[in-house]
Amino acid sequence: MRFISAPISATLFAVGLLLAACSSDPEVAATADTGGTTTTAATTETGQVTPGSSEDFVINVGDRVFFGYDQYDLTPEAQAQLEKQAAWMQQFPAVTLSVEGHCDERGTREYNLALGERRANAVTNYLVALGVDPNRLQTISYGKERPEMLGSDESAWAQNRRAVSVVN
Amino acid sequence: MTHPIRFGFGAIAISSCLTLRSRPKGGVSKGEAATRAWGALTAVLLLLASPAAAELRIDITSGNVEPMPIAVTDFWGAVAPDIEVGREVARVVAADLERSGLFSPIDSRAFIQTPESLQAAPRFGDWRVINAQALIGGKAERQADGRLKVEFRLWDVYAGQQMAGLAYFTTPDNWRRVAHIVADAIYKRLTGEEGYFDSRIVYIAESGPKDKRVKRLAIMDQDGENHRYLTDGRNLVLTPRFSPSTQEITYLSYYGKRPRVYLFNIDTGQQEVLGDFPGMTFAPRFSPDGNRVIMSMAHNGNSDIYSMDLRTRKQTRLTNDPSIDTSPSYSPDGKMVAFNSDRGGSQQLYVMNANGSGVTRVSFGKGRYGTPVWSPRGDLIAFTRMADGQFYIGVMRPDGSGERLLTEGYLVEGPTWAPNGRVLSFFRQASGGGATRVYTIDLTGYNEREVITPLDASDPAWSPLIP
Repeated sequence: MRFISAPISATLFAVGLLLAACSSDPEVAATADTGGTTTTAATTETGQVTPGSSEDFVINVGDRVFFGYDQYDLTPEAQAQLEKQAAWMQQFPAVTLSVEGHCDERGTREYNLALGERRANAVTNYLVALGVDPNRLQTISYGKERPEMLGSDESAWAQNRRAVSVVN
Repeated sequence: MTHPIRFGFGAIAISSCLTLRSRPKGGVSKGEAATRAWGALTAVLLLLASPAAAELRIDITSGNVEPMPIAVTDFWGAVAPDIEVGREVARVVAADLERSGLFSPIDSRAFIQTPESLQAAPRFGDWRVINAQALIGGKAERQADGRLKVEFRLWDVYAGQQMAGLAYFTTPDNWRRVAHIVADAIYKRLTGEEGYFDSRIVYIAESGPKDKRVKRLAIMDQDGENHRYLTDGRNLVLTPRFSPSTQEITYLSYYGKRPRVYLFNIDTGQQEVLGDFPGMTFAPRFSPDGNRVIMSMAHNGNSDIYSMDLRTRKQTRLTNDPSIDTSPSYSPDGKMVAFNSDRGGSQQLYVMNANGSGVTRVSFGKGRYGTPVWSPRGDLIAFTRMADGQFYIGVMRPDGSGERLLTEGYLVEGPTWAPNGRVLSFFRQASGGGATRVYTIDLTGYNEREVITPLDASDPAWSPLIP
């Protein structure tokens, strides 16, 4: 990722430049950790993010939470992340979400489909508990079919045990 | 379409008493269908010289057996096209027998007696010299009506006796299937077990990067030939399984971003969704009589097992537990169901009656267990086990006793049984996003072989013997 050096030390300014640089190559842009999530960012041509858009959600809210091995309970970090998602949903009442449940590859295919469904439901149940209308939420399980990380080690598996909220 | 799934086929049996016999049991109806289409399609048992005294037989229960040296001669043909077919039939027969791990075909360059002279009678001395225990000869002959006649004979070289002989009449384009049927007949005569070569494997062909994997239904003969794709890859598809008739496949498709169980008719290419469930349906399998599909349905974070009557489309709920209940598999008599559940705290194997009563846990080893699949013989359940960072394929008796692990790896998963319950197929994925391929392995844990596929391959399901 290219970084255009700025003579002034204003962090905000530097971040703005970083996003602008990213806009020319959205594939490689990865934003910082927010509440334990890693997100892939896509910005508009000008580097501006439309409020209420998928990009806004991914960059400014964080679209995913992570789970332990064979677990589907929400960690405190995941709960904090979902509280941000719920607040954003309240701010943009027209938005609907598909919550995708995913697993690492260290389980059998069919069991992982069930586990991914459990994870997606853990997310939607929490969002509903926070006041989001259940009609704005769908779930889909991908089991181990759509890994985020391709490695065969614990750090990759941990990134793959996730539920991702996708703006429809 | 490289291979017609339904076709006219029959065999005539000529024995000393001229008894008409039909090959596998299911072949009777096939014979009737064939008769309707063709008039007369039959198999003939060729004359046995005399009853064998000391049987030439392989004991296949002991595992690492020394393969029996056999001579498979080119099937003799009088004219050009028959010569070619005869050579190809013999090649397929020899390859089937070799892949079983039980037979070692001798290089034909060592043969002394020619296929043509073998048509009169074997000179057993010529075959003893090259240490052939069994000798296979045959003939391919196009009939006046256009049909192809393929006959074979199996001899015990040291006893100097014929052990089997059959002639088959079929359409010329079915020569490959006749070869598999011949190989099955030889396998059965020499091992005492039913053969499994006249069967197919349906599986998932994989291509593209792991995070955007394109998956297609694909079907092939058990030896990898007659390969073709059944879906185009636009929708993610998983876990195909054959109907007992081998004419239909049940599988999971993400069509319309709604993962649901579908039926695929191989003859027509028609696909239909099975049932009207509020949640995701997955993990389907046919009942042994083909009248039902058993599957999981996930709704609100809970997966339970349902059985659906394919005629009435009535759904019956079999489990009702807040745990994950999935991967159901009927016993061959249809009275029991093995399945996967984490109701005890971790993923384990359970057995219950087909109506959902009498749930009993059967796996108790270290680690987690998944994908139970009942053997077509009913004596064993194959499974995937995960322990100590490795995956294993194993078998156990239906009561959980006698567990044996057959193979292991970073990821081995999804066993499926050959129709004779002696051989299994599964898939193996290398670590680090490496190759994913389908393998076969003997029940003894020996003779693991890759099934060559054009692309990466997973989720194999072995068909019953083709009716």
